[in-house]
Amino acid sequence: MRRQLLKGNEAIAEAAIRSGCKLFFGYPITPSTEIIEYLSRNLPKAGGAVLQGEDEIASINMCYGAAATGARVMTASSSPGYSLKQEGMSYLAAAELPVVVVNINRNGPGLGGLGPSQGDYFQCTKGGGHGDYRTIVLAPSKGQEMYDYTMKAFDLADKYRTPVVILADGMLGQTMEPIEFKERPSVELPEKDWVTTGCIGRPKRKISMYNLTNEAGEEISLKLQAKFNKMKDLEQQWENYCTDDAEYLLVGYGTCGRVGKSAVQLARQQGIKLGLIRPITLWPFPEKAFISLPKIKGILTVELNAGQMVEDVKLAVKCSIPVQSHTRVGGMLLSENSVLKKLAEVFQLEVRV
Amino acid sequence: MEKVFSKTKGLTDVPFTYCPGCTHGIIHRLIAEVLEEMDLLENTIGVAPVGCSGFLLDMFSCDFVGGPHGRAQAVATGIKRAMPERTVFTYQGDGDIAAIGTSHAIHVAARGEKITSIMVNNAVFGMTGGQMAPTTIGGQVTTTSPYGRDCALAGPPIDLPKTIATLEGAVYVAAGSVDSPKNVAQTKKMIKKAFQVQQKGLGFSFVSILSTCPTNWGLSPVDSLNWLRKNMMPVYQLGELKATEEVNAL
Repeated sequence: MRRQLLKGNEAIAEAAIRSGCKLFFGYPITPSTEIIEYLSRNLPKAGGAVLQGEDEIASINMCYGAAATGARVMTASSSPGYSLKQEGMSYLAAAELPVVVVNINRNGPGLGGLGPSQGDYFQCTKGGGHGDYRTIVLAPSKGQEMYDYTMKAFDLADKYRTPVVILADGMLGQTMEPIEFKERPSVELPEKDWVTTGCIGRPKRKISMYNLTNEAGEEISLKLQAKFNKMKDLEQQWENYCTDDAEYLLVGYGTCGRVGKSAVQLARQQGIKLGLIRPITLWPFPEKAFISLPKIKGILTVELNAGQMVEDVKLAVKCSIPVQSHTRVGGMLLSENSVLKKLAEVFQLEVRV
Repeated sequence: MEKVFSKTKGLTDVPFTYCPGCTHGIIHRLIAEVLEEMDLLENTIGVAPVGCSGFLLDMFSCDFVGGPHGRAQAVATGIKRAMPERTVFTYQGDGDIAAIGTSHAIHVAARGEKITSIMVNNAVFGMTGGQMAPTTIGGQVTTTSPYGRDCALAGPPIDLPKTIATLEGAVYVAAGSVDSPKNVAQTKKMIKKAFQVQQKGLGFSFVSILSTCPTNWGLSPVDSLNWLRKNMMPVYQLGELKATEEVNAL
């Protein structure tokens, strides 16, 4: 199968084209810009179109309009730009419109910097916009996953009529890796019998979400919550790495999932039974991965933020196991040695680093 | 007996939610009549604003989409880019298009986006209870300009159609009023021309319409019409502000 050396951002863009994405609306922001650049070059050749919006808000609302017609559509940004899109995210979730939204996380708050960061974990997984809603969040940890999860994101968006977020960081977006151009998987998806395409030969339709009475508001909200609960039940995904005999666990996603694997190998060379759980869906958080861990004496989350996912891990194990976090902020990377050192420190283990 | 008037097929039987004397209803009818006359009802997707007219999705018999406050033209852009063969229009109040949505108003015009936007200007934020809008005229009392709009503090009002007319991509810009039968007829012609411009794919078309808000102005419907004539007409230029040669050749 054809493999090509691409930046992670370009892998996302190529997968979007091969997923049947027909429209892309976006606004340039480092370190996500290669997505709009790659698509500007290549999407028109595939019969689609790229429109550079006047801002992030326009771009996400253009996606809203295009999704209302049933077209596959995507936008991409980085943290400050993703913040601007939150109004749109809330409306997309409310109006149940399928859009793929990429956030190549840079460090913040504020303008911040470009280095790899996972500082947007809370924003992406807990909502970000106003109101009671959830969005599926996928977290690739390497170039091929940037490609694969993008394809998955389009299918999930259509399956549930919902916005789906791909959350990566500047290192994943910028690093070049060989990418296999896989064909779009054949997935059975519901018919889009709700689209507003002009009412030729059918009754008129509308796409909107508002309620003029509290009773109607309750009904609509409960219907949405039932959908979110279904996603939570069916879509939790994660990777287990050396967890079968593990006594200690690392939990890390994206770049930290990768660093975590190296730390596991390092620990195992020294006889420490360390394993890794790498969440693939950040929402729904893979709570099921933590249901039965009788041998585990301690868990260390590895995060490029001040400790955000650690809260979800504590909830997942219901605080029955000691959970600590190893973090680095400001756009700096963590080394596998530093992970091991922290593990030894918090769980009183002897390691050589 | 000959039937001389009937309700347009462009409107459903859903009752209007507007206050007595509000002219939104007239403007709805004009647009619906134009779409029916041009045989566009099945071809059209409307985009609703947030505001008093935010519930018009149910009142028109064409497909309709409602999004966030001020974003209608961005939403319409997405629809039009996905379905260039469809007729796409936005219906927006002055608060929606000339305040929170101004950036989109400028840029759809700059891009020559092949959509039609209808702006209804009643010089206040109506739905939230009559606050000052960018279109509130000097001295006008609103709940957030209780001593009258102080132009030294809040600036003078925006005449959005004039601004839009300066942009090359906006090929047809007109400003009408629905205060009198003559002006209602004139405004309908403008709306029709705006949709013809879109059908021909000539560029962005924009019609602004002066409208009354008796409730928030604190006036009777008749006094509101007089207030509009006396106070708004001197501020907002009426007529066809811009029509390119191609448009005039229609």
